[in-house]
Amino acid sequence: MSRALASAPATPYARAGEGMVGRSAGPGFTLVQVGAWLLAIVWVAPLLYAIWTAFHPPAFAARFTLLAPLTLDNFTRALEAAPFPRYLLNTVLLVTMTLAGQLVLCSLAAFAFARFEFKGRELLFALVLVQLLITPDVLLVENYRTISRLGILDTILAIGLPYMASAFGIFLLRQTFKQVPKELEEAARIEGCSWLGVLWRVYVPVARPVYVAYGLVSVSYHWNNFLWPLIVTNSVETRPVTVGLQVFSSVDQGIDWSIVCAATLVTSGPLLVAFLIFQRQFVQSFLRAGIR
Amino acid sequence: MDRRIQAVYGWLLALPACVLLAAFTHWPAVASLIDSFWSTPRGRRPAQFVGFEHYRRMLADDPIFLQVVWNNFLYALVTVPAAIGLALLMALLVNERIRARGLVRLAYFTPTVLPMVAAANIWLFFYTPGYGLLNQILSAFGLPDTNFLGSRDTALWSVMVVTIWKEAGFFMIFYLAALQAIPPVLEEAARLEGASHLVYLRRVALPLLMPTTLFVLVNALIGAFRVVDHVVAMTQGGPDNASALLLFYIYETAFRFWDTGYASALTVVLLLVLGGISIAQVRLLDRRIHYR
Repeated sequence: MSRALASAPATPYARAGEGMVGRSAGPGFTLVQVGAWLLAIVWVAPLLYAIWTAFHPPAFAARFTLLAPLTLDNFTRALEAAPFPRYLLNTVLLVTMTLAGQLVLCSLAAFAFARFEFKGRELLFALVLVQLLITPDVLLVENYRTISRLGILDTILAIGLPYMASAFGIFLLRQTFKQVPKELEEAARIEGCSWLGVLWRVYVPVARPVYVAYGLVSVSYHWNNFLWPLIVTNSVETRPVTVGLQVFSSVDQGIDWSIVCAATLVTSGPLLVAFLIFQRQFVQSFLRAGIR
Repeated sequence: MDRRIQAVYGWLLALPACVLLAAFTHWPAVASLIDSFWSTPRGRRPAQFVGFEHYRRMLADDPIFLQVVWNNFLYALVTVPAAIGLALLMALLVNERIRARGLVRLAYFTPTVLPMVAAANIWLFFYTPGYGLLNQILSAFGLPDTNFLGSRDTALWSVMVVTIWKEAGFFMIFYLAALQAIPPVLEEAARLEGASHLVYLRRVALPLLMPTTLFVLVNALIGAFRVVDHVVAMTQGGPDNASALLLFYIYETAFRFWDTGYASALTVVLLLVLGGISIAQVRLLDRRIHYR
């Protein structure tokens, strides 16, 4: 399944593009420059607009004046109206737990697929890859039934559990593990390392960049995930921020857009700030990973 | 190492992940198929075998289903090429030596990091009748106020815009990586032959980007059938199912009308669509669209 196979060439994001070598002047280039900038402005406008509205009094929600007073009032009111700190905590718990589960399960499975010979290995691996296409959130009805049979409806575990065995993580780590020279592994074995010791001391350190990439992709996917958590959660103690935001803004706020915008920023803020700081790592990870 | 011990180790390592995968991906897929032949249990009445009744109902008795399939088809037909085209354009622009290239690239990419629900909320504000920015722009040009999300003619299109806004920047990074992986020698050679920059782009760069296009295309297509967060947040499928997509209809059928038997049958249709995309992809790969 080459959705992930087409993972990208190693370098790209930060390198200087050489598109117009020696042609930086001329009317054609000006056109490119202006076009690029116009598109960029159009593209961030919605986000900037939301930021503007969130930081100004409601009277200025759709009115632009340079001298409009700045305020944090909308954030205070949003936090009073809904338990966003709790939602944020839930999301942090969710992404941490999910990622921890994924790292352990996927490492073990990838190790098996990369280094152990056993009957049915290829078939099993092919079956694993099916999940690249059919993610658990497509199978809402049956997965809801399973979760309710397990008696864990409306828990944070219920949101994360279906994603913990990630085909994508297994695939990515298997690729990496396969590139580890066997001599390294044999040396460790001779030194008296157990199999799990080999995985931990030899394979995991080699794959560290892949773990980072996978971790960033997983965290941003589960931070943003919505439909599945919407279905399996039903209380303040379990809802992640995305669901919290939806519950908050669909209850009639008298359509106070200033508060809704503030709430929206609270929801996406932490991830957005993390992205702005670690921009290059994020983009590299998305590239390496190929899916969110 | 003894072959038998290796096999046992391999199975044990892969087992935890495989159990979870089977529980939340393979079994539910099979269970959906089985349940689709049974009626929904209600109260004291247990599920009864109804054969192909659900499928007959879909085609003959359920105009909403046909509408939803048509909507989803149109949605994919518009958003996928639009997002890919824009992504390519963005990558080409950002690959040139324009001023403040980092900022422009950031502007294109940032919407991708937002949760879909947050993006939907921002656009809800944008689309607000009478008050939102879009209607302010319309009225500045003397055009009548439009209820973008509330009218049958515009609701689906308004949802599409959000999808394109959020996806294009994500696909851009793949094109950008591919563009920067093209050896500069090729452009030099083209220039020596007297080819203009545009000719180089069309004749050399674009064909080399074909594998990326295929990869992005498959991802976008799958996404078009798998993501409905914005439909939930913006329109609830309305007005009058004008903006409902297939997965949203499944969600509605299962969790609002609690008609799980029918929802299972709808899930089977969705699985067939996803499977179809995957088969088409493998076929295309066989035809060596990639130049490696």
